[in-house]
Amino acid sequence: MVATRKYADEPSGPFPRPPDSFEDGDGRTIELVAPTEVDEAVLEDVVAMYDAFDPVDRAQGIPPTGEQRIRNWLESIVDIGINVIASHEGDIIGHATLVPDSDDPAAIEAASDIEWELAIFVLQDYQRAGIGTQLLEHLLGHAAEVGIERVWLTVERWNGAAIALYERVGFEQTGGESFEQEMTIRLE
Amino acid sequence: MKVLLGLAGSDESIKTLRRTIERTAAVGDDLTVVVVDKPETKRSQEEMREQAESLLSEAGIETDVETLEGDPGSALVNFTEQGEFDQLVIGGGTVSPMGKIRLGPIAEFVLLNAPTTVKLVR
Repeated sequence: MVATRKYADEPSGPFPRPPDSFEDGDGRTIELVAPTEVDEAVLEDVVAMYDAFDPVDRAQGIPPTGEQRIRNWLESIVDIGINVIASHEGDIIGHATLVPDSDDPAAIEAASDIEWELAIFVLQDYQRAGIGTQLLEHLLGHAAEVGIERVWLTVERWNGAAIALYERVGFEQTGGESFEQEMTIRLE
Repeated sequence: MKVLLGLAGSDESIKTLRRTIERTAAVGDDLTVVVVDKPETKRSQEEMREQAESLLSEAGIETDVETLEGDPGSALVNFTEQGEFDQLVIGGGTVSPMGKIRLGPIAEFVLLNAPTTVKLVR
């Protein structure tokens, strides 16, 4: 893949790392973990979270709807990516993930050679309580720990709340010539 | 139906071409194909034109493949308007590693400017 995205010269960070827990804006205790391997049981819990996700908040086609399509999508990204999962009282309520731009195992292993695409979803009942910021920061902390340096994402241009969230943790707006706003961050 | 197919030089364009050939063969649309001048694509404009001609002739569809100069989105919309086409067909977006659908600047310009129905092929 041609590296065309622009990244800041100065890295952002340091960011907190999972495992961690915090109290959200509504007084709920939220646990953050980064499973080294997403086994069958964890995968099914994540599928259940996305199945409960209101599709009004889907972005650029993800998450898909319907349990089987959600499972197929997750199976295509969780094993090659890195993941941070947010739970409340044992139920998964948020998921943030980075997926490599390459499907070459050696490049993925090296991590810093390639770019990683970010996505984050928080169940509607848990939004606007500061969980997204925590989840995002811990994902970036975990990413830096495994050697990832360049992270990018796209967000629908009208989604000011999401763009503001990404800017708060250090993302900068890059290429702006299509419907989606591209944003990038360089990690330490 | 009088259909205009707009291609660049990407794999997405090849997919769009194959799908449109299938559809044309099935319903007997009157198909015209143009290749826009988009630098930095996998295939040059001439390579894309040759590939389109060979796939069309393999499918037994008689049509010329023309090349358009200038800004791709603007050239496509102009050609559609001048030629009184019923529908303009273009590639409908690529998918990122995450699975997110991305629409490029050509698709955006076409959607916001074309007076005809636009079909996005996925």
